[in-house]
Amino acid sequence: MLEAILVMAFGALVLGAALGYAAVRFRVEGDPLVEKIDAILPQTQCGQCGFPGCKPYAQAIAKGEAEINQCPPGGEEGIHKLADLLGREFKSLSAEHGIEKPKSVAVIDEQVCIGCTLCIQACPVDAIVGAAKQMHTVVAPLCTGCELCLPPCPVDCISMQSTGESVENWKWKYPVVKINPAQREST
Amino acid sequence: MTSYLFVVLGAVLVNNVVFVRILGLCPFMGVSKKLETAVGMGAATTFVLTMACGASFVIDRWLLIPNQLEYLRTLSFIVTIAAIVQLTELVIQKTSPLLHQVLGIYLPLITTNCAVLGIPLLNVSLRHNFLESLLFGFGSAVGFTLALILFAGIRERLEAADVPVHFRGTAIAMITAGLMSLAFMGFAGLDKYK
Amino acid sequence: MSALQRLFKFHGGVKPAYNKEASTGLPIAVAPTPTLLVIPLHQSIGGMPRPLVKAGERVLKGQRIGGADGNASSAVHASTSGAVVAVEMRLMPHTSGLSALCVVIEPDGRDEWIARQPFDFRKASPTQTRDYLRDAGVVGLGGAVFPTHLKLNPGKHGKLDTLVLNGAECEPFITCDDVLMRERAETILKGAIIMREMLSARQVLIGIEDNKPEAIAAMEIAAQAANQAAGDLAMQVVSVPTRYPAGGAKQLIRVLTGIEVPHGKRSTDYGVQCFNVGTAYAVYEAIALGQPLISRIVTVAGNVGQARNYEALFGTPMRDLVALCDPLPDSDRVIMGGPMMGLLMPGDEVPVVKATNCVLVGSRKLFPPPPPEMPCIRCGECAKACPADLQPFEMYWFSRAKIFGKAQEYKLFDCIECGCCAYVCPSHIPLVDYYRFAKSEIWAREVDKEAADIARERYEFRLLREEREKQEKAAKLAAKTAAGREKAAAAIAEAAKPAATPEDDTKKALIAAALERAKAQKEQVHPGNVSNLTPEQEAEVTAIEARRAEIREMAKPHLRQDD
Repeated sequence: MLEAILVMAFGALVLGAALGYAAVRFRVEGDPLVEKIDAILPQTQCGQCGFPGCKPYAQAIAKGEAEINQCPPGGEEGIHKLADLLGREFKSLSAEHGIEKPKSVAVIDEQVCIGCTLCIQACPVDAIVGAAKQMHTVVAPLCTGCELCLPPCPVDCISMQSTGESVENWKWKYPVVKINPAQREST
Repeated sequence: MTSYLFVVLGAVLVNNVVFVRILGLCPFMGVSKKLETAVGMGAATTFVLTMACGASFVIDRWLLIPNQLEYLRTLSFIVTIAAIVQLTELVIQKTSPLLHQVLGIYLPLITTNCAVLGIPLLNVSLRHNFLESLLFGFGSAVGFTLALILFAGIRERLEAADVPVHFRGTAIAMITAGLMSLAFMGFAGLDKYK
Repeated sequence: MSALQRLFKFHGGVKPAYNKEASTGLPIAVAPTPTLLVIPLHQSIGGMPRPLVKAGERVLKGQRIGGADGNASSAVHASTSGAVVAVEMRLMPHTSGLSALCVVIEPDGRDEWIARQPFDFRKASPTQTRDYLRDAGVVGLGGAVFPTHLKLNPGKHGKLDTLVLNGAECEPFITCDDVLMRERAETILKGAIIMREMLSARQVLIGIEDNKPEAIAAMEIAAQAANQAAGDLAMQVVSVPTRYPAGGAKQLIRVLTGIEVPHGKRSTDYGVQCFNVGTAYAVYEAIALGQPLISRIVTVAGNVGQARNYEALFGTPMRDLVALCDPLPDSDRVIMGGPMMGLLMPGDEVPVVKATNCVLVGSRKLFPPPPPEMPCIRCGECAKACPADLQPFEMYWFSRAKIFGKAQEYKLFDCIECGCCAYVCPSHIPLVDYYRFAKSEIWAREVDKEAADIARERYEFRLLREEREKQEKAAKLAAKTAAGREKAAAAIAEAAKPAATPEDDTKKALIAAALERAKAQKEQVHPGNVSNLTPEQEAEVTAIEARRAEIREMAKPHLRQDD
């Protein structure tokens, strides 16, 4: 009995020492997971997830502090990708964080704008240009549609406009197969 | 020399660790969704299993048998394997972050892979010598890798296939694994015609 | 001459019914100018041209109405003289049925040209010539509408071996290149000479399918004349076997030169460049005549009484062209292009654009609806027919399951959407529709990813900037406090110094004068209780005065400091 305990203890000691040495010798720094999660997130920087940006949310997911279904702009597809990456179960978008909307951009009604610069300070991607007491305008291609500029505006001159479909970004639709054998005979 | 060849070939095909011995099914089902992860997992298992066979042979022959401690076999083998797996993980993480990313959480899964414990135990019961143990471990691991890669290839296609709703996911995977197992059982008939 | 040329083969291909005879019987006719021209600004691959005219303006024929947006774009011109009625969104000749910005011109019937000047490309630098062609709106007229000036670049070696002129025209029903070669062979070759000089190409190979003997004959006569004039044998007309899609650029290059352009490479890397014969014609018109691209030959065929080729101004409604050809009453659709690769138009009012090689009128009888799609049985017929050496069944498998990464691994983007696979498919699967769907999804994803990357970069820069501004503010504040302290200290030092500035002097002088005045008044107003004093009293007063003076003297420095 004593022998057995001794042998196991010896084994444990030797292996433990080896592992301990390896843990020090082969230490790895940095967390590539955050980068990967951040790459999936849509970078709207809207804060709807409850974090101050996409990167903090990515960090929270990597640490296991946040669910993967808190990003409305990413939509179902984004959640699927995150679930695939992290090996977690798919969850539908959590309602408290918002709903998936079609992509839109902010538009400033330049007649109403008083030039208060509050929206410029709110924009997370610096997509609004203008100066104090000067008219402001949104650089549409840079706007992520985060809606963060809407609440600070004192005169409510900013509205969200759907980007819509144009000939350039129109997508071919998925071929729909009609399964209707009678259709052929009738023609 | 031929006996060694038979040990390897037998372990790879005839007594395939997954399809015939039905060992190591958890990683077989878990890591076979993508071809790349299957290849990585197979490589890691091959390394670990070969090392585990060598180490367990040494422990069994020079430590347990002389001290009449055969009843500690399972326990000591598990400890050894766990240590080797941990070591492998640390080394891979440092030397090949890419492979570590591919294997991700699956590497520690090797610890609980019954094939990795089963093969050293089989080595003992089959009274293999040291070289035979190593070759048997290596052969079995190659067999495991082969099974994993074949299955991953099929599963990648299954993902795009029109599977009836109730069979989707694990169900169709299990059926496929069963059919593959049947095919591998066919190798067992080879020795009748020699 | 063509007998000398060794021909190669491309893989796959099909032989559909050609149906070309109907439209080659009559010569090219000039289509009448319609009552209203709707000219879309975006007619070529690349950036959307900016509108250069406003509603109400009068434009001349050939006047630029859309300026190229950057170099990867092409200008658009007014097809005739008239008044600009509107610059607005109009229905585009595009399957989507969406609208885009168009210039609507009401012709005045005078057809008045702008001042046309030939462009001397021999004197101009290659960049100038390319810019000229860009502003003349010359694009590939084979159907892909890729800006020609981008292709007229000899590449990194500075010269090419072969210029291929594509007269194969393999798609059924379309004969616009055929009749153009028959009637205007000489002009095409004049354009080819310009192109050859720009590309420094050793030879010009003109590939024509052998089902167009008249075109081959006409081109051969013109080529011989051109060779004689130039004194070499650079121009060669080559008759290529009739097989769809021999007119694909990569396929024709393969047949004529044996060069197979691999994935991710350009034909210029192998010393070959390919242009449509119509493009050569347009290049000649632009450079030698100074006429921008405002019209093209359009085949009107299909379910019509008299199919024919028309030279139509861009912006002419397809309906007008169809009406010239007696459409049969059961016609129910208009297709731009041929039956294999053509695009279904949302209506017959859409205008003819640079990409319109054919207006194909369809009916249920002529193009019956395809039988229902059946499951893929992996027979491999599509792989046998694929001229791009792809595995269409694999691309279909993954496109259908929306696993786009895998579809791309099977080189989905090398697919030229020729439709051979769908043509031979025994299960009647609309394979090309699946590829188009997968391609546009992948493009959309790439656009999204690029936007996300830009947003991430800008967001991170903003954080950086905010942090920097914070630090700068803190540093400024610290500097300001330090400066304030220094200023205070300086003021004290200043005050301690004796009178220095002239301003101070005048002030002091004023004060002194005031004091004098007060003193004098004081002396005049003698206090009443000091008169008639006894000598003892006077002595006492003097003593008190002396003491007061003494105290004043003692108090002086203290008072000063308090000041």
